[in-house]
Amino acid sequence: MAPDKTLKLRALIRKARRFDILFALLGLMSLSIAILTLAALFVDMAVTGIPRLTPEFFTNFPSRRAAEAGILSSWVGSILVMMVTALCAVPLGIAGAIYLEEYARKNWLTAVIEINITNLAGVPSIIYGLLALGLFVYTFGLGQSILTAGLTLALLILPIVITATREALRSIPQHVREAAYACGASQWQVVNDHLLKYSTPGILTGVIIGMSRAIGETAPIITIGALTFIAFLPPAPGQLNIETGQTAGLFDWLWSPFTVMPIQIFNWTSRPDPRFHENAAAAAFVLVLMTLSMNAIAIWLRYRLRKNIKW
Amino acid sequence: MPSTITLPTNPPTLKASAKNLDFYYGDFKALKGINMPVYENKVTALIGPSGCGKSTFLRCFNRMHDLYPGHRYDGSIHLHPDEVDILHKDVDPIEVRMRISMVFQKPNPFPKSIFENVAYGLKVRGERNRTVLEDKVEAALKGAALWNEVKDRLDELAVNLSGGQQQRLCIARGLATDPEIILFDEPTSALDPIATGSIEELIGEIKHKVTILIVTHNMQQAARVSDYTAYMYLGELMEYGETNDIFMKPKRKETEDYITGRFG
Repeated sequence: MAPDKTLKLRALIRKARRFDILFALLGLMSLSIAILTLAALFVDMAVTGIPRLTPEFFTNFPSRRAAEAGILSSWVGSILVMMVTALCAVPLGIAGAIYLEEYARKNWLTAVIEINITNLAGVPSIIYGLLALGLFVYTFGLGQSILTAGLTLALLILPIVITATREALRSIPQHVREAAYACGASQWQVVNDHLLKYSTPGILTGVIIGMSRAIGETAPIITIGALTFIAFLPPAPGQLNIETGQTAGLFDWLWSPFTVMPIQIFNWTSRPDPRFHENAAAAAFVLVLMTLSMNAIAIWLRYRLRKNIKW
Repeated sequence: MPSTITLPTNPPTLKASAKNLDFYYGDFKALKGINMPVYENKVTALIGPSGCGKSTFLRCFNRMHDLYPGHRYDGSIHLHPDEVDILHKDVDPIEVRMRISMVFQKPNPFPKSIFENVAYGLKVRGERNRTVLEDKVEAALKGAALWNEVKDRLDELAVNLSGGQQQRLCIARGLATDPEIILFDEPTSALDPIATGSIEELIGEIKHKVTILIVTHNMQQAARVSDYTAYMYLGELMEYGETNDIFMKPKRKETEDYITGRFG
């Protein structure tokens, strides 16, 4: 028979353990609600959409007849817009973050900028759309083009890229910086030879999170006036225009009208004919796969790069 | 034993000298009027209790403080024979760091290959010739007694080496650029006794090529490796002299108390 003191201890531990179990159950429940909802949506979408996923679905333009309609213009549009977004947001975001983290003096101005960047990440995307409509479309006269859409989404994800890059830079221990400086490196050499290389995995994560958000954005794209029905592709460089007899320049596609996946999905969903809803489900399935594969690539790259970075 | 070391008969050459050196972190005066010579090809040890300013003093020599806001130097540290005041505001800290390299408390290799680590200082100095780089990396690794252990895996990551090997790699990195002075900031405090022994042995060997300034918490280490010792307390240089004299017959009571372990 154990002494009283031990028995009391055991009772106390049992009581403490009860909360462990309770919390674990609670956590499991909330988690399964989230996962099940997502899974149900995904399965429903897949079941409805997969029968429509024929090769023609990817190579056809939108059509009045649901069975002939495809997503060619929208997936090409989405990829081109994403390219512009990445090319603008990534260098700008990384440069901005490096400046703030490594070069700028820490004073009230940088504090204000820092708070604003964090806040910008929370601004509703429609606001970015309105800003882009006023600034890019009207003031700069860029039109309702791929360029405008890419720039708009770049603005939208810039705070995400900046924040992720700053976090990645901050996680590099100070002694690594000191080691590089002690070798006689200038500030730029420290940034270029060391900090950028060691923070790549973190930056990459931020970029992909941003891109995943941008690829699904609808509101700002509608606001700047993307078309919902497009039966042509942006001119490829060197492509002959039959009407004008001119070949397209290297960057002519930037000025082309366009549509993107979320807009195509939105357009099909809002039609009364249920056969278009199947198209919408199929397109949504493709969009989700695009996002998932982007994330998969990011995870793989991050894993590969992180293996070589230890302190 | 330190007492049996025979001192050179010819007087040592002056390599650097601190004159009336004050240093401030913001409003806090961390160093107070320090005057101290550093002799060429000798090991000078800085000892004293935590917070006495010995690391702060050491980091003046490669202007490490310039990386952080709120620092201020008063006074001078002149390098000889060219009489450059390395603390002068017109002297670029990069120039100072190119002449004076440093080994830190915690081994801090870059997460790059062994070769890249040692070659980095040379690359910063514009050396692009692969053969020259290879020769100098080999010489530096030999100088740091690491060559035999790593010669077959120069392309492997430096962070996978053991702690003692990493620290010797950091010494090789500091040696590769033929510095005039190497600063050691408690280089063995993160190492086991065996690795510590090999680092101390190394310091004894490389001092024939380079002037050494070392901060250490370990009194025996100071006695073992150094030719001159400076005892610092509360930002002041309390006593400086040949290591034998400091340890055998200190002039000040405070020094004696610290060395004999009655205080510190």
